[in-house]
This record gives sequence, C-alpha cells and structure tokens, in this order.
Amino acid sequence: MRIGVTVFPGSNCDRDALYAVERLGAEPVELWHADPDLKGVDAVIVPGGFSYGDYLRPGAIARFARVMGPLERFAEEGGPVIGVCNGFQVLTEAHLLPGALLRNTSMRFVCDRVRVRVETNATPWTAALAPGDELTLPVAHNEGNFFADPETLARLEDEERVVLRYLENPNGSANDIAGVCNEGRNVVGVMPHPERVSDPALGSDEGLRLLRSVLVGAGV
Amino acid sequence: MKVRVLVRPKAGILDPQGEAVRSALPALGFGGVQTVHVGRLIELELESADEVDAMCRRLLSNPTIEEYEWEVLS
Amino acid sequence: MGRPPNFLELSLFSVMWSEHCGYKNSRPLLKRFPNEGRRVLQGPGENAGVVSLGDGWALAFKMESHNHPSAVEPYEGAATGVGGIIRDILAMGARPVALLDSLRFGPLDEERNRYLFREVVRGIGGYGNAVGVPTVGGEVEFAAAYSGNPLVNAMCVGLIRQESLVRSRATGEGNLVVLLGSKTGRDGIHGATFASDELSEESESKRSNVQVGDPFCEKMLIECCLKLLDEDLLVSLQDLGAAGLTSSASEMAASGGVGIEIETERVPLREGGMEPWEVMISESQERMLAVVEPEKAEAVLEMAERYELVGAVVGRVAGHGDLRVLHDGEVVGTVPAEHLADAPVYEREVVRPAYLDEIPGLDLDTLPEPEDYNEVLLEMLAHPNLCSRRSIYGQYDHEVGTDTVVVPGADAAVMRIKGTTLGFALTTDGRGRHCYLDPRGGGAATVAEAYRNLSCVGAEPVAVTDCLNFGSPEKPDGYYQLSECIEGMARACEVFQTPVVSGNVSLFNETDRGAVYPTPTVGMVGVFEDVNRHATPGFKREGDMVILVGEPIGEARSPSLDGSEYLEIVHGKVAGIPPKPDLLAEKKYADLIRTFVTSGIVDTVHDLAGGGEFLALAEMVLAGGIGFEYGGEVERGELLYGGRGDAGLFGERGACFLVAVPESRWDDLQDALVGAAYDFIGYTGGDRFKAYDLIDLSLTELRHAYERDLFERHAPEGGHIG
Repeated sequence: MRIGVTVFPGSNCDRDALYAVERLGAEPVELWHADPDLKGVDAVIVPGGFSYGDYLRPGAIARFARVMGPLERFAEEGGPVIGVCNGFQVLTEAHLLPGALLRNTSMRFVCDRVRVRVETNATPWTAALAPGDELTLPVAHNEGNFFADPETLARLEDEERVVLRYLENPNGSANDIAGVCNEGRNVVGVMPHPERVSDPALGSDEGLRLLRSVLVGAGV
Repeated sequence: MKVRVLVRPKAGILDPQGEAVRSALPALGFGGVQTVHVGRLIELELESADEVDAMCRRLLSNPTIEEYEWEVLS
Repeated sequence: MGRPPNFLELSLFSVMWSEHCGYKNSRPLLKRFPNEGRRVLQGPGENAGVVSLGDGWALAFKMESHNHPSAVEPYEGAATGVGGIIRDILAMGARPVALLDSLRFGPLDEERNRYLFREVVRGIGGYGNAVGVPTVGGEVEFAAAYSGNPLVNAMCVGLIRQESLVRSRATGEGNLVVLLGSKTGRDGIHGATFASDELSEESESKRSNVQVGDPFCEKMLIECCLKLLDEDLLVSLQDLGAAGLTSSASEMAASGGVGIEIETERVPLREGGMEPWEVMISESQERMLAVVEPEKAEAVLEMAERYELVGAVVGRVAGHGDLRVLHDGEVVGTVPAEHLADAPVYEREVVRPAYLDEIPGLDLDTLPEPEDYNEVLLEMLAHPNLCSRRSIYGQYDHEVGTDTVVVPGADAAVMRIKGTTLGFALTTDGRGRHCYLDPRGGGAATVAEAYRNLSCVGAEPVAVTDCLNFGSPEKPDGYYQLSECIEGMARACEVFQTPVVSGNVSLFNETDRGAVYPTPTVGMVGVFEDVNRHATPGFKREGDMVILVGEPIGEARSPSLDGSEYLEIVHGKVAGIPPKPDLLAEKKYADLIRTFVTSGIVDTVHDLAGGGEFLALAEMVLAGGIGFEYGGEVERGELLYGGRGDAGLFGERGACFLVAVPESRWDDLQDALVGAAYDFIGYTGGDRFKAYDLIDLSLTELRHAYERDLFERHAPEGGHIG
C-alpha cells in the first residue's frame, strides 16, 4: 500500500509521518504542495506543522495549494484521508471537515500526552480499534479547541462522527472532541499526533494501532 | 485604491484572546472594561473593490467562526 | 589601512569590533579552556563546535546569549535568539534536531519580571514550535540579581554525517556570493553594539533595534540549505547574525584568505532608500550567505524559489584580501577582511573584589532549626527555583522529529539517531549564586553539575559549549569574576576531559541596580552507544532498594548549608561559601554511576543538587508517582548532621547520587559498587514519602506544592533574595 504525506511550506511533522508510514510497512510517498496529482497513492496523511507559518489562520493558505485540488477529488471519491493537528486545521479550512479549531482556552501552546477514547471504528483510520478503546497520544498545538455551531455538534454526535474524544480536555474543545470525520466517514481529522508514538524506542507505539487501521481496511 | 478589511470573532464565539486582554486590563489599573474582542485588520491596495467580498469569504475570514466588514479608504 | 576610514568603513569596524563580535575583553581569557579531545572534529572558530558520535555521525552544537534584546522586547528577543542559534548549526551543514534554553529572571513578585518571563517563554515556543525543532531541555532560575536584565541563552544541536560537514571559509576567486532567505531591511542596525552596552532607560527607546523573527522563513531556509548541500551545490556556507553581511562576508573571506566584493544594489531590500552601510550592517533575520561556483548559481537560485525564499547573487570572491563594498559599480568602502575579523584585545589586571571578603559567614548556631520538616520540604518544593518546570516546557513542542527518548523533566534530555542504537544526551546548567559567592569554585561546580546530569541518564559526557554572562569587564569586580569563573571551568573541563568547542560571551549585563550574578552557563553533550540503556529519576517499581552513592560523610565532604537553596528559601539568607567541588571525586562517582546504567543494572538515577538529599528523593517520588520510606541501614540519628536535621536533609554536597534497583539486582549492583562508598537508605513503595519522625507527606501533598503554574496571575513569590 502507498500512503502519501502532503508537504506544505512550513509543515514540520511530514518527516515524522513518512517515518510512521515506513514503520507500518507501507510505502511512504511525499506529496509536494505544488504537485499536480497524488502520484496514485491509496491514502493520504495531511501532517502537522505550521503551514505557511499559520499566518492569517492555521491552514487558511495551505488549503489553496495546488495539491489540494486532487486531494479534494480523492476525498470526494471516498479515498481515505487523515489530517493531523495542522492537517486537521487545513481540512476544516478546505471544508472537507466540519467546524473550526480555535485558540486553546489556556491561550498557551500545549505539548503533553493525553488520554483519548475511540468513539467509532466506522472510519478507515480507526477500523482496527474498538469503540471504547483508550489510547495515550501526544498533543502539541496552539489552536486545537474544536468549535462547531450547536446544530453541527448535535449532528456530529447523532451520526457518530466524533472519532476520538479527550478523557482530559487540554484545549477547551466542545464536547471534548479530539477528532471527527466527514459524512462519508473517509476523511478524518485529529488533533493528537498518532505518528509521534510509532516506535517502542520512544516509549509507545499506540499511534500505530490507529494508523494501521488503514491497512486493515484495505485488506493489506 | 485602498481597502480596509476588519475580521473579528462572530458574536458568541469563545474568544480566549479577547478574554485574556479583558482580564489583563484591570491588573494594569484600567477598570470598567466589560468585554474585549480581538480581531484582525487587513489593508489591501488594489485596482477595484469588486472582488473584496469574495476575498473575505474565501480567504480573509473563516465564516464558521468569524465575521467581516470592509471599507474603501481612498 | 594607512588612511582614515570613511563613514561606511567606520560602521563596519564599529560593529565588528564590538564585544559581541570581537570578544576584545574575553579573548585572552578564553584561551584557558581546553578545546581538543578524541571526539572533537571542530573546535572554536567556526559557527559551531562538532564532535563525533561514532559510526560516522557527528553532532554540531553551540549556545548563544540573547540577553539584551530580550530585556527590551522579550518575545522577539528570545525568538530571534532561537532563530540565530539554529542558523549557526545549519551553517555547519547539520540538520538542527534539538534546542535547549537556559533562562534567568528577577523574582516573579515584580510585574516587569513576570512579563519578561512570560514573553521570553512564549517567544522561545513561538519560534521553536513553528520551525519544527524540538525544545528538549533547559533550566530556569530566579534571583533579584537578574531583575530587569534577564539571561536568555539558547543552545542548538544538529546532526550530520561526518563527511558532510561544511565550513564557512570562502575559496575560489571568481566564485559567486549568494544571499538566501528573507529580504534585507533596517532592522537591528547596530544591534551588535547595542548588545555590548549596559541597559538603561535609553535602551527602551532603542526598541527599533530589535529584530523580528519569521520562523516560517527559517523553516524554509533549513530545508533549502540542506537540500543545496545534499546536491553538492555550495562551496561554503555562513549564517548572518550580529553585524549582518559585514560579519559573514569578512569572516568567510578572512578564514579563506581571500577577498569578497559585495554589490549592495543587488541585495533584495524590504524597504526603499537604504544606504550601502545600512545594507552591510542590517541584522535582518533568516538569511544565509553561500559561496557558489558560477555554473551552479542558477540551480541554487531555482532551489531558493522552490522553497519560496529570496535568493540573489550579491557579490563574488576576489583575489585581494579585502571586504570591498560596491554600489552601482563604484567602490564605497574597502577594508582588509582580516582587520575586521581581528578586533583589538584588552588585557586587564585581575583584582580580587572587596565584596568577596564581606560575604557573611554562616554560623549555624544562630540559625533557628525548623520544628516541622514537612512544612520546610513543601515550602522548598513550591519555590519557583525548585518547583516543577512543566508549566514552561508544556509550552514547547519537545517531541517533533520523533527522536526524543527522554522528555524534559529528567536530569538531561536523551535523543536517539533513527536507524541506529546510537544516541546523545544534552543538558544546560548554571550556578549564578555560587559563582557570585565563589567565582572559581562556582565555575568548576557548574561544569561538574552538567557532568553529573549527563552521567545520571547514562551518557558519556564528551564536550562543552558555554555562554559567559557577566557584568562589565571594565569594572574590576566584573573582570575578576569573568577571569576566575573561566579558570574554574577550565580546570573542571580538563579533569573531566570535556573540551569547550564553542561558545559565546555576553558582557555588560548591568542595570542601574547593578550587575547580574556572574553566570557562566554550560551546555554539555554526551554520547550513548546504546540509547535504549538510559536512566531517569522517577521511581519505577514498588519495593526497589534505594542506594545513596557518594563519598562517606566526614569532615572533608559534609553536606553544607553554605550558599544553599535551603538557606535562601527558608531563611532568606545568602551567606557562606559553598564547599569547593572535589573534581576527582565528581568524576569517579559520575563515571561509576554511568557504568550501572550502560550495563543495564540500573534504570533509576538522580543526583543531589539544590535542596540536597531530601529534595532529590522528593523529585524521584514525584517523577515516578511511587512513595519512599527511609529505613535500610541508615538510622534516624545518621540523618542529622552535626545534630541538625536541616543540614542533613537539605545540605548540599557534590559527587553524590541516588539509584533505585529491584532486590533481584542488588547482588549485581553490590559487585559494581566495589571500591565505592554507599548506603542502602530505604525502599520505594506506597504513596507517601516518610523518614522516621522527620518527614511524612502524601504524594498528593507533594504534588500540590510542586506542580505549580509559574504563569498564574498571582505569580508565586520567591527568589527575591540576593
């Protein structure tokens, strides 16, 4: 399986994501922001960082990068896409995911490990997990405070589109939401960084448990 | 011409930045401030203002959380 | 030169001969540092020092101060300090992989100090987090001596294959000089001379001198330069820091024994109407200077464009030895490059300051002994100088890059090299109060503390970078402190065989309230052959035996309250002279402890430092979330020193460590301890810290004191002495 990782100017978790893909045993493919296509990959990770310096709003400029056109079509056709941290912000700006990510209520950057609960396994990125599973994942962000209007929030809950929920909320997110998916359930956005815990040498590979789902779903 | 765009958090949206400023003011001896909202000021120099509204909707603001207004300065 | 310099030439000299660039006061003293060693690939004189790690891997590292800019505009001052030190590492061709910050502020009960502290931490995070280099360690200390004159020292570490190291010397007449990065503006004009002035009301109005950082541009610059080196498109590389183009170009020319001509009209500018001299000394951030063979210039400029950077050919390498500045074809200044890079040197007389003979001695008989040691321990744990640093490092991304094995909160940060078992450890340490009370002893103790910290995690210490933060060398006190601290550090570095391979000097750290504590800060790096074998301070299992390893308490090495944290925090006194560090004992015990870790016997180690034995034990309890009860071979009476609980519990001593092992490992450990002095002091377990009738506290009580938010609105008081 080939998994693409988009690289925008200012992305800084792209190399970590490529490394995690390698650890999964899949083939990592770098997708440069100015590329005209997705090089035929089977899934895409939009990694974290500070694309375009987070200037204007996080993700606001990256979402108009050239590679986003083919990425949007890939998503519409049901291709599995996950946005992590800044990648989540890019996907909400691109309207591939609902809501927006506001400044943390603490007004501080937060770098920590938090416990999250898997709320649904009906997405390609959580298929290998069970609802109720708990994972400890790193967070590192300034704007991770998920916001959506009350109707959207109610819909997300009704349609079981909350993918991960914080057990200890680090940023003020509505309904303790750490990750959501789109209506088609193939596009997922999460604030925690599964790619950072992909190696027992660093103390944990719980992130691989999550990412591995996309291989399981594809029958690899 | 010069156009000034003002982007700010929608009413009712949690505005931690504004809240931080509001709570800092009394500490400096400025009393009586009820609310503070922190937004963004964007100045454009362009030929025509025809597309400013579209620019605001598509890039300069995020309609999910922000509202905008703009004016021609000169 | 044989003629009076014109205005432009004078500007060049004025920035290059400032202390910040020219080290005119410190250069003769710096010669005392050892700087050669088995692993040293590059000593002082380049952008950063480099040591080999094994298997062809090398580490480039350097620490640099940004004290003055941070005092005036703390957010940008700290941010650009981080940006600047990253470019020093990049200039060696290395990928920056870790940052550390050594910070000092005045006490938090002053509003201005709270502001400086908050904004400096935000600035470090704002830059480091965005640029994608993890901030893995550092230290913070508060004392009145730093009020209004914070110390902000940033260290960066880069990883590189040995054969890929680049140097900054310009070579090849006719080669082109290319400027990469952001456009040049008026920012930071005369920043280098500013950095060498005392701070005054007037410096507030020099605010326009402070540069603004753009971490986004820096991130692009890192990726672009590494790619250019990877594709072998550059001859040499140099960062632009203090004194901008002048400094970079003249250093590149002087070290290559060539000349460089700069055509100022070819420098991409951010604002109109800049004079050639302004272009030459601008300190606009996020710029690098490269020497490029003419046929590769186009490829270099294309690469810059790919990374959305400004790239321009701004000059060429010449056969003459001058830095020559041209504007529209006309020569507007010519200075021999060597002259610029070779500031005059002042040697001063070393005179022992009177204050050292006036430091009050500590008479324990006049010091009331506390009645409740629980209260004392909680008070110390809650003090800003000893409490948890989580509220600081929680604002720094310390995991990006997925190489951080031991995150902040341990004795040293531990990093791995992907695809190998190799790793390295990093620490920064400073002991301002100690250096004030005893400059030579404090200098040596600073290096010893770093040596212990690396040994605690199991790394072999190999080399040092330093920042020498002092007051004015033009005053006898300041010069004496500088000279004596260096002497103490140099001796320690010799004994430990940890050469100083890079560093920086920050003098004139004075306000109208006086000079800062003399504060040399040491950044030390250590090496792991197998990074999986490392140790951390937190207790890991119930029922582990806890062993205190260090020379037996006797007349020569008693725990001392002189100049201790306890004395300052609990009694509000800075008095007495801390014991002279015993460097041979420090080395013996640190080296021994390291073998326990590398042989896999021990995974839990902590050293005794500020606050003595009981602070160290409390930290091990807190870090592991597992309690400890005193017992073992140590009777209650032996905990008292000279009949006093405070001296025994909180007295400070060097060359002393705590380790914890499961009982199943006790035999192995005893074998390894042959020839060393040690005591079995008790077992881990439960959720309380107990020591006879002296201490009995729950984990919850300890946490409540220790885990405090240093940024809370009503900042904790403390650190106001001295």
